[in-house]
Amino acid sequence: MTVPLTLLGLLERAPRHGYDLKRDYDAYFGRGKPLSFGQVYSTLSRLARDGRVVISDLEPGEGPDRKRYVITDLGATEVDAWLSEPVAAEPHLQTVLFAKVTLALMLGRDAEAYLDTQRAAHLQRMRELTEIKRSGGLVDALLADHGLFHLEADLRWIDLTAARLDVLAEEVRS
Amino acid sequence: MTTVVEARDVVLSFGETPALRGADLVVAEGDLLAIMGPSGSGKSTLLHCLAGILVPASGEILFDGRRVDRLGETERSRLRRDRFGFVFQFGQLVPELSAQENVALPLLLNGVRRAAALAEARTWFGRLGLDGLEDRRSGELSGGQAQRIALARGLVARPRVLFADEPTGALDSLTGEHVMDLLVSSVREHGITVVLVTHEPRVAAYADREVVVRDGRVHSLTAEAIA
Repeated sequence: MTVPLTLLGLLERAPRHGYDLKRDYDAYFGRGKPLSFGQVYSTLSRLARDGRVVISDLEPGEGPDRKRYVITDLGATEVDAWLSEPVAAEPHLQTVLFAKVTLALMLGRDAEAYLDTQRAAHLQRMRELTEIKRSGGLVDALLADHGLFHLEADLRWIDLTAARLDVLAEEVRS
Repeated sequence: MTTVVEARDVVLSFGETPALRGADLVVAEGDLLAIMGPSGSGKSTLLHCLAGILVPASGEILFDGRRVDRLGETERSRLRRDRFGFVFQFGQLVPELSAQENVALPLLLNGVRRAAALAEARTWFGRLGLDGLEDRRSGELSGGQAQRIALARGLVARPRVLFADEPTGALDSLTGEHVMDLLVSSVREHGITVVLVTHEPRVAAYADREVVVRDGRVHSLTAEAIA
């Protein structure tokens, strides 16, 4: 859902060929998940069909890379609206973590040991992200921070749940 | 792996309240270890025992294989001065001294001549981005600056072990991150072992590994447990 709008946003900076657009996208947003050329060109085709971009000129030569894409007023309006809207704050009420703890308690398994293992896994990932922050640039740090804060939120939940395990066990077994 | 600091079955109570109930911990040379745990779990008490500040009611504390808990107050004080560095949550700088004198303090206490101590202290101001703050008193420093001064003071005598108790606890996220970056870079550069107490996962993530203190006992969280 965000790929077309992100590509539109990149086009608002300046008209681009598909190849340049993919390179920009991968550099900033495609960390570990680069776009395929097929996805770039099919997305651009849809955006052109829907009036959000136009092809400004066709340079001589072979291949789709010769097309230069320009954002339209409609496309710019959509980017503007998208950047102004908050992302849905999803409550994640049915997470895998929750399901595992609850089931472990229902079945009389060692939920505390599971939470310790999960805490270790979260902290390991946080260590990796911290290293990325320390060795990378500011864009890397920004991305890593997003992951770190989410993992930290999970860890707070893990700690609180660990402190409540006895009471929770009584509730789910009754 | 060379063990530097170790706690064996350490028990300590404050009045009727048990703080440590058989805590075991091994810290290896060059380790950057985070001790985590909820408030009141005993994590700071464990750090104070490892650092020879508190003496356990039973159990053993060892530094380089030597029983710290059997030493008298004077010997423990000398050990802390000679071999350990400390960073606490609120910096705890001496308000009557300048920033540079604060940093030089461990060297002065170790008998280094004043001029040499101040010169060595001065080198840490550049390393930790503190140039220009040498003459300021603690009241004239921001929280982040004061904590970097405290870090310099903890490292200036090149301790074998740096004990850090919630070193970023009083700082905002960005400043705390800066202090942790400097702490990690400095201890790596000088091969200093670190025991770090924190309740913040983002701070613990700077460590090589972490343990959790719960109800006065140490629970190890290892990568093996995940596999």
